[in-house]
Amino acid sequence: MYIDPHAHMISRTTDDYEAMAAAGVVALIEPAFWVGQPRTFVGTYVDYLSSLVGWERFRAGQFGIRHYCTIGLNSKEANNEALAEGVMEWLPRFAMKEGVVAIGEIGYDEQTPLEEKYFRAQLALAKELALPVMVHTPHRDKKRGTSRSMDVCEEMGLDPSWVVIDHNNEETVRETLDRGYWAGFSIYPSTKMGNARMVELLRYYGGDRIIVDSACDWGISDCLGVAKTARLALASGIDEQVVRQVTYANALCVYGKSGQMHESDWLDPPGIDQRTLYEGNSILRGGREPRIEHPDRHAADDLLID
Amino acid sequence: MTETLPGRATAASSLSATALLCRWVVRQAAAQETWFITALDHLQTSADERTLHLFLGQVPRRLGKADLELTPQDLTAAHALLPGWSPLDWSLDGAARIAGLLTFHGPRPFAALFEDLVRTADARELITLYRGLSFYPEPAALSAQVGAGLRSNIRAVFEAIAHGNPYPRDHFDLHRWNHMVLKALFIGSRLAPIVGIDQRNNPELARILLDYADERWAAGRAVTPELWRCVGPCVDALGAYAALQRAMAGSPAERLAAGLALSQTDTPSARHLLASAPETAALIDTGRVGWGNFHHYEAI
Repeated sequence: MYIDPHAHMISRTTDDYEAMAAAGVVALIEPAFWVGQPRTFVGTYVDYLSSLVGWERFRAGQFGIRHYCTIGLNSKEANNEALAEGVMEWLPRFAMKEGVVAIGEIGYDEQTPLEEKYFRAQLALAKELALPVMVHTPHRDKKRGTSRSMDVCEEMGLDPSWVVIDHNNEETVRETLDRGYWAGFSIYPSTKMGNARMVELLRYYGGDRIIVDSACDWGISDCLGVAKTARLALASGIDEQVVRQVTYANALCVYGKSGQMHESDWLDPPGIDQRTLYEGNSILRGGREPRIEHPDRHAADDLLID
Repeated sequence: MTETLPGRATAASSLSATALLCRWVVRQAAAQETWFITALDHLQTSADERTLHLFLGQVPRRLGKADLELTPQDLTAAHALLPGWSPLDWSLDGAARIAGLLTFHGPRPFAALFEDLVRTADARELITLYRGLSFYPEPAALSAQVGAGLRSNIRAVFEAIAHGNPYPRDHFDLHRWNHMVLKALFIGSRLAPIVGIDQRNNPELARILLDYADERWAAGRAVTPELWRCVGPCVDALGAYAALQRAMAGSPAERLAAGLALSQTDTPSARHLLASAPETAALIDTGRVGWGNFHHYEAI
C-alpha cells in the first residue's frame, strides 16, 4: 500500500488512475496549485477549489483510490493582488471541507513581497484552523528560499511537526530535518529529484520524517513515482520498514493531524461512502484481481474500442 | 416549471421535517447530543451565514458519518409527512446538516444561499443538499441548481435527486422529468427508486425510451429491462409490440419485465404476446412479481 501525498490529478487521465491503483496506491493528496497558466478571475479559482473537494475526489474513488487535498493560494498567483485578495476571502470555507488535510501548497516562487504577504496570511489561517501546512519550496534560489520558508513558519508560531517542506534535494534536506520539519521529496524527472538519488538519500538519512511523492501534474512527470521509488529502494537493499515510512506511514502521520485522513478510510470505509463515492480498491478486496486485466488496452495496435 | 400534484410538500411540512430529522439525529448522537441541540439553537437565533458554514463543517467531525439508523416506524413517519420520501439511504451527518439548514434563516433568499452552498460543496455535501430539496422554502426557485445537479457526472449526486426524493415528482415539468428518467437508464441507475415513476409516466417518455431501446440494440448493447415499465402503458399507441417481442426473447429478467409491461395493457396483441410465454405469464399472475423485485428471478 502506498500514499502519494502530492499529485495534481486534475491534469491526469483515467489511465493514470488505473496505473496508480494497480501499483498499490490507496490514497493520494492533491495540493491546490496553479494549473500551468494563471487564472485571471477569482471565480475560476473558486471553481478549481470546488473541483478538488468534489469532482476529483469522486473521480479518484471510482478507481479505488481515496482522494484528499490541500487548500491554498499558490505563490505564483499570489503575485496578482486583486486575484489573491479575492481568493483569500474564499479559502476559510474550503479549508473546512471533507478531505482537506492541510493548507498548501504555499510558499515562495520568486520570493516577492506579495508572495510573502499571502504566505504569512495562510500560515495564520492554518494555525487558526489547526491544519497542517504543505510548503512549496522555490525552484530558483532554492536553498535560501527553503531556509526563509522555515524562518517565516517559525516567526508565525507554527510547530515544525505540523509542516511539510516539499521538493527537497540533497542541498536542503539536512536543514529541513534538523529544524524539526517533515521533508518531502518529489520524484519528478529532470527538474526535482530522481529516484536513484532518492534511494541514496534514504540510505544516508533513514526514514524518519521523510516523505516521497510524485508531484505528477501537467508537465512531463510520472504518476508512479512513489511506487517505483519503493520498488527501487527495496531492490537496493533499503529496509522494508524505512520504505513503508516514506511511502505510506509518514504522510498518514502528518496529514492525519487534520483529522480528515484515517487508514480506515480505505481499509474499512463507512457504508455511505461505499454506496456513493468510493468503489473500493481491488487490491484490498483480496489480492490482485482483474485491475491489470487489459495490459494492452491502450496499445496503438489494439484496434477494438467497445 | 412547477406543477401541482398530490403529495406536494408545503412550507408547513418543513417544520415537521426538521422535527423528525432532529429526533433521529439526537437519538443517534450519543455524547454529541448537547452540542447538536446547542448548535441548532444558535442557528435559530443567528442570521450570520458564517454560523451556518461553521455548523455544516462541524457536523461530520462531531457526529461521524454513520448510516442513519431508522426503524420501520420512522419510515412510516417519513412517508406520512411526505408520501414517497425515503430517508433509508441517509447518513447521520446528512440528516443533521439538513436539520441545521432548515433551522437557519439568513438575510438572503433561500435560493441564493443554496446556490452558494452548492458552489462550495464537497462531494458528500452535494449529495446531502440535494436530498433535502423537498423541504426547502420556495422549492420552485431552486430550479437552476437542481438542473445543475441532474447534469452532474457524480452518479450519487444525480441519485440524490432522482431516488427516494419526492421533489422531481412534485416539481419537475414534463421535459425535465423525462430526461431524468432517460439519464437514469443511460448511466445504469435504477428506475424503481424514482418516486412517482408510474404516476408521472407519459407517452412522450415512452416514445423516447422506445427509441433509446432501438438505439441500444442497433449498437449491439443490452437494454435495461426496467425500461419496459415506462413503455408498457403506451405499448399500443406506440405500436411497440415488436420491441416487446424482442425483449420477451431475451434474458429471464428481460422476459419478466416485458411480461409485466404487457400485463399492464389489455389489448388482444398484448394478451397474445404474453400467452407466448406461459411460464412468465403464470408467474406474473401469482402477483408475487413486480417492478421492485423482478430482477431477482434468475430463471423462468
